[in-house]
Order: sequence, then structure tokens, then C-alpha cells
Amino acid sequence: MSAGSAKIPVTVAEITPVTDLITRFRFARRDGGPLPVFSGGAHTVVEMQDGDTLRRNPYSLMGDPADQSSYSISVRRDDQGRGGSLFMHSQCRVGMDMVISNPVNLFALDLRGRKHLMLAGGIGITPFLAQIKQLAASNGRFELHYAARSAAHAAYADDLRAAHPGNVHIYHGDQDQRFDLEHLLDGQPLGTHVYVCGPLRMIGQVRDTAANLGWPREAVHSEEFLAPKSGKPFQVKLAVSNKVIEVGEHQSLLEAIEAAGVEAPYLCRGGACGQCETDVIGYDGKFLHNDHWLDADARASGKKIMPCVSRFEGKTLVLDR
Amino acid sequence: MTIQFKDETFRDDYTFKNSEWAVNRFPFPFHEDSYMYSVNMEPHQSFRPGSVFEHRFDVDEHYLSEMRDRAQVLAEDPLRCQSLPHMTLAGWDLLELIMVSKSEDYPDLFQLNRDDNNWHWINKPMGIDQKFTFLDEATLPYGPMEYITRQTQGDFAVLDQRDDNLWMDAGMITTQADWSLDFDIGMNFFEWHAPVPKAHELGIFVRALKFLLNVQQGLPARRLNWTMTVNPLLDTSPENYSKWGVQKQELTLENMPDKMHLRVELQTFFRLPRSNALVFPIRCYLIKLGEVVTVPKWGRRLHRVLRDLPEELATYKGFIGNRPKIIEWLSRYDDGAPTSPGIWPD
Amino acid sequence: MTNSVFEPSIKSRPVYGTLAARPGKAHLMIADAEGAEAILDMAQTAPEGLFTKTQIMFIPKATGDTYVRQLQALKPAQFYVGPSYNASVSRLQRVLKDAHMGLQIYLAGTEGLIGQAMFEAVSAGIPHTALQTEHRGSTARRMQCVHCKGITEDVTTDPFQCAHCGLHLFVRDHYSRRIAAFQGVRIDAEDPGNVPIPVERFK
Repeated sequence: MSAGSAKIPVTVAEITPVTDLITRFRFARRDGGPLPVFSGGAHTVVEMQDGDTLRRNPYSLMGDPADQSSYSISVRRDDQGRGGSLFMHSQCRVGMDMVISNPVNLFALDLRGRKHLMLAGGIGITPFLAQIKQLAASNGRFELHYAARSAAHAAYADDLRAAHPGNVHIYHGDQDQRFDLEHLLDGQPLGTHVYVCGPLRMIGQVRDTAANLGWPREAVHSEEFLAPKSGKPFQVKLAVSNKVIEVGEHQSLLEAIEAAGVEAPYLCRGGACGQCETDVIGYDGKFLHNDHWLDADARASGKKIMPCVSRFEGKTLVLDR
Repeated sequence: MTIQFKDETFRDDYTFKNSEWAVNRFPFPFHEDSYMYSVNMEPHQSFRPGSVFEHRFDVDEHYLSEMRDRAQVLAEDPLRCQSLPHMTLAGWDLLELIMVSKSEDYPDLFQLNRDDNNWHWINKPMGIDQKFTFLDEATLPYGPMEYITRQTQGDFAVLDQRDDNLWMDAGMITTQADWSLDFDIGMNFFEWHAPVPKAHELGIFVRALKFLLNVQQGLPARRLNWTMTVNPLLDTSPENYSKWGVQKQELTLENMPDKMHLRVELQTFFRLPRSNALVFPIRCYLIKLGEVVTVPKWGRRLHRVLRDLPEELATYKGFIGNRPKIIEWLSRYDDGAPTSPGIWPD
Repeated sequence: MTNSVFEPSIKSRPVYGTLAARPGKAHLMIADAEGAEAILDMAQTAPEGLFTKTQIMFIPKATGDTYVRQLQALKPAQFYVGPSYNASVSRLQRVLKDAHMGLQIYLAGTEGLIGQAMFEAVSAGIPHTALQTEHRGSTARRMQCVHCKGITEDVTTDPFQCAHCGLHLFVRDHYSRRIAAFQGVRIDAEDPGNVPIPVERFK
């Protein structure tokens, strides 16, 4: 099968500042036609032509999954990042043509759930916005707990509280309001599923607390997109296509492979889905594995790398690509 | 071309046969002179106009008779169509996929008019004119999956995706190669394939599952599978094994060309957008051995494939007892000449 | 007596483990016959206080009073002894209806008991992989006739006769969690009347 997902040519229809860090972008199809419906929790991969670099960053779709007129994403500016969010904040303009992928869902609701308990940290609120719209349309039972640094940083909190007064609970860090995880998880009815999207530490805490309370692993769902880390430039030989490529400081290995015109599969571009897993033919040096996919054995084997987020330091690296 | 729908049976007097048009577009499953399991997936893109691969859901001359046979199977055994409660949304996804695809691909046969959630569906061959409210089960005579699959050739397994696995949580299964939806519903990918010999050891299912979990919206996939069936039976279910199993004994060299059938499944895989489920349509095409050998390349190749097939596979596919007879008959159509690569007639 | 050992089989055939105490605020243990021994064995290494938050449901079957007193001595918060699994189902459903996430379920004994109780727990919203199971006692099988859909309990021979439609069925290892039974398929479908002599395969 072809790399990535089906592409959709879109135009930037609207740009709306939400907080001093978060901006919302609305996309409509360039040909004016309907966009595909999707399921709550899905993301789209946005392609950004940033000078000579083609960036592809995943963002959760936050609109109503049944609304085919446009897609909305919210992007948090990361001044220390490699430039994807900065590109969206500083260079993206209304009317600009862009390309996005068909929706992909790696954080779907378990539709068997009797109740859906959602825990959001900061920008991790976005997938829940779509899931809540999906559940509201089907009378699904949910409860959202959303933590942000302060009221000014709590994007969409007011809208959520207004639309679902009994189901939405907001926590402001600057007022020392924190999740009491044990209290939140304890006493939930059988068939409850918990979903967490936020910083890695928060995901770990939820998983640990749930496990200690005897929750089944399958009832705990999480999503964390890793942004590829910057690092020292390195050289890679692509054996199948017989090319030697340079991976730049602020470029991911996957981006460098793509920039060399070599097709490589991907879906999440965040180290989670496993689609870009690549065989290592030979190496002399050290892997910097940054993904959630490879287990300890696979890492130790020196035979696999996830080029979307992982890097390499050393003399030679030869990949089966 | 305009499809001439046939009036024929897949039971009792077995009047099913293929026209020359249907024989020439038959999805012959062997691209070389031997067969072993593989994850033979490819994108389900339209190609070869007129072939069964042209449209997302192929409609052919057997349409009306197959739908009549399905209705009979369901009247006798309603358990062939089941959907666990959380799969209703996936049923609507499937209804939408099929209605949109068929009305776009066969505008002379099917029409769909949509005004928000007020839908109007016209199925001309079956004489159906239905106005209903999308996502409101009360406005259709059956649940959404059952409604649309009573009007669509092929079996449909609807798979929920969760915990890095696929779960067969709904289906319309009336033309199956000897497996029971009623028994298998609720199983995961490895469990419902558990009885298949060899393929687990070869790692086939691990690779296939990895592929299927990543099938994307807008990028469907397909593969072919096959078996052999005595008499043109669509319903070779375990439930009715008592009825069709005994018919295997009726096979002779004389009735071989009319009685023995190659049974091919065109399996396709579509991501369903609202539910994130995966639908797995399994379309059964039957062809008589007498029809197969009208294409010389197919006659030669089928002889070689069946002759060299490992015993375990011939047993699993249920024709080990009749294999010597089948090979003897087919050998008359194999002059030993080389065959060209690929599945198509020369 | 220890837990039963089975031949390696196909992927749909259930695999049983050994019960071990897990963290949780509430515990439900369901056993039949020799399954009681699995609970008693686990109790030896269980953390103190486990049984003060435990309900035990026990179906003695042919074991009579052998285990009842020993189970009672564990001082579970609730203790139920039932005459048959069928008689206990509505109680089990009632217990599950009010249960909360984190409830730990332990199933021990025959495949019929484990499978049927598992179905109730899964229906109540617990993933089947989160349920602990340990097989003890009879390996007789609960079989579904694929033809008439009737269930025949405690099948020990292969082939066997369906208790409902009377067909002679061979015993497959293909297992349905939803039906909590193995699949039985007519053995003489292709050659009516040719039924091999039944062999005792399960005890």
C-alpha cells in the first residue's frame, strides 16, 4: 500500500487566536466539496512547506465529526520545537492552500463503554472536543476533567462548561487545583472507560493509579503525540534506494528520507502507531530511540528503528529502505 | 453494458450458471501454477473496466437471484445476521458506504438523494423505494447493516477495532465457506481464524492483522481467497452441513464439469469513518469446472494447483476425498504447455 | 490436586492460569467442585484482609460438603453456596449490576462454570482478559451443536450425541466465549450412518 494516507487539498478558511499560546485553524476543501466524516479522537497530518523543508505534523480534529463543511485543529505554539507549530503560528494565512491527510484514529472511543471518563491536560483537550460531540449526538454518558495552567490558558473551557454544565470539571494549576485521580477513578460503574490525553507524566500517573485500583488495562486509553526531537545531524545510507542522506539538526529521519524522494510508510508521525518501523541492515554507533512502539528487546536487537521520532549518533547507519 | 439479471437457483435444482460475460470477468485466484498462503493484499482501486475490480461493490448478473437466496437463508435461520449492540453505528457507516458507492458506480440502477439526514434510496433492480432518516433505526424495516446487506451481494463481517486487534462483532453471513457467524461473533482476529491450518505457524495472521489495523479511510484493500464446492451452493454453512456435506458423494467424472465449482472470495477491507470499525465484505463468485476450462490457461493452471496442493490444505478446504477425481478430469485440459503470469485469460 | 494441564491447541481454545490475589477494593470468587481448591491455595499467599472484601459463590456439584467449611473459614464478606450454576445466575447478575471498576474476578473449576460466569462478567463490562481463571476438576466439555444450537453439558466422549437433536457430533477445539462452549459438528454428514465408536477423551 502507498505511504501515509489519502491526501485532501484544502484552503485555510479561518485563523482564530484562542489563548496567548493556542490558535485554531479551520480548513475547507479547495474544491468546495464535503470532507470525510470521522470518529472522535481522529487526527489529520498537516503538510507544511517551510522553506526547503516539508513538515508533516499530526493534529487532533476538534470539530463535530459529522460536520463535513470544514475541519478545525488547535495548535499550541512551541518556541523550543523544531518549527512546525511556529510555522502554523507565524506563516499560515487565511486563503493559503495546504494539504492534509484523511482522518486517522489512534485514540477512538470504545463504543462498548457504559461511561466515558475523559482526562485532559492542556492542549490534550482537542481530541475530547470531537469525542464529546460524537457522544452528545448519541446520548453517550461522559465526564470530562480538564486541567490547565490558569483560566486564561484553559482553551474552550467556557464553551464546554456552557454546553455540558453537569459533565465538565475544570482545574486551574495557578489556583492549586489538581486531579484527585484516586477519587476520580474509584467507584466508577463497571463498563467505564478512561481516556487520557496530555503530558507523558499525566498519562503515567493515570495508568499507575488505575492499575493500583484494579482497573483492566483495556479500559485505559491514552494518546500522546511525541514531537520529533532535534539533535545532532547524522548520515544514513538507504540500501534499497541506494542513497546516502543527511538528517539535519531540526529534521526527523523520516522527513529526511521523504526529502530524498524515497517513499516510506507512516501514520501518526509521533512514535505510537508502528507503521514506519524500519529494518536496520547495519550500524556502528548509538540509537536514540524516542518512540512508544519498540519494546526493550526490539531496541536491544539493533535491528529496528522508528524514523518518525528516533535518531542516531555514530559512524554508519544502513536502513532497509 | 446493461446487466441482464438472471433468474436462477443456488439450491434444489441448481440452475445457476455463468454467461460468457461472467466467465470472462471471473476473478480467477491463481497468478501462478502453485498456491500457498500469503498476505496477498493490494489497494482496492478501480482497474480493468468490466472486471469485478472496477467498482467498490461489484453488481453482476446473479444479483437478484443471490438476494433471493439470502432472503431464504435468513427466513430459515435469522442467526446468520447478527450485530452486537455497540456495532449499530458501524452498521450506518456500512449503509452509507454501500449506498453512496452503488449510486455513484451504477447510477442507472441505484439512486440516493440526501437532504441532511433525510435520505431517499432507490434500488431499481429490486424495486425498492425507501425514504428514511439516517441514524434513526426506527425508520428502516431492519437494522442498517441488515437492511443494506439484504440488497448487496457477498457476506459482510463488520469488525470493531480495539486493543490492537479486530473483533468480529457484527455480520451478515449467508454465503460462507463453512464457518458460523453465530459461533464466531465476538471473537478476535486470531480466534476466528483458529481452525485454519498452517497459516498461524507461517505468521500469516500476525502480518495480516498488522496490515488491516492500519487500513485507512479512503484507501480500501483487497485480496482473493478460494475453495472448491460441489453444486453451486452459496450457503455452505456448518449449520447446514448435513444438507450439503452428503452431496460431495454425488460427484463423478461424468457430472464433474457441471457439478464441481471453483469458489472464489473477493475479500475487501474498508475503514468505516464514524465508528472507526473495519468492514470486511466477502464476495463469493462460483464457476463450474466446465466453465473454467473454456479459458485454456485457467484449465491448465487449476489442474497444476490442485494436484500439488499440500494435503492439509485440501483437507481444510474440504475436497480431499474428491481430489483424485477432480485432478483426473482436469488433467484432460492440461497439455503441459507453459502458462503466462497473472490471473487474466490470454 | 493441582490445576489441570491441557495439550497445546488452537488459538480460540481458552487457556487457564493460576489464581493470584490482585489489588482491588472488591473481589468476587466463583468456583464449582474442585475449583474450591484453587481459591484455598490462593488464600495461602493472599494479603491479609483480602477476604473481608470478597464475595465467594460456590457450586459444590458432586463434592458435597468437602470444601464448604474450608471456604467458610476464609471468612469472606459474603458466602453463597448454590445447588447449580443455573440457579446462581440471577444472583451473579445482581452482584455485577452494582459493581464498580476495579472489581477483581476469580473463576475456578470446570470449563462450563468458568465460561458461563465469564460471559456474565464480560456482559457487565469487564474485558475477558482481565478475569483470572484456573481450571480444576473435570475436563468434560460444554458443547454447542452447530446444527440445532442446543447445548450438551459434561461431554466426555468424541463423538457424542447431541442431547437436543440427536445428531452424532465430533468435538472441535474451536471455542466461543459468547456461548461458553466448544463446537460440535455432525460426524457423518458426508456419509450418513457411518458413526465411529465414541472414545472417552475427557474425564
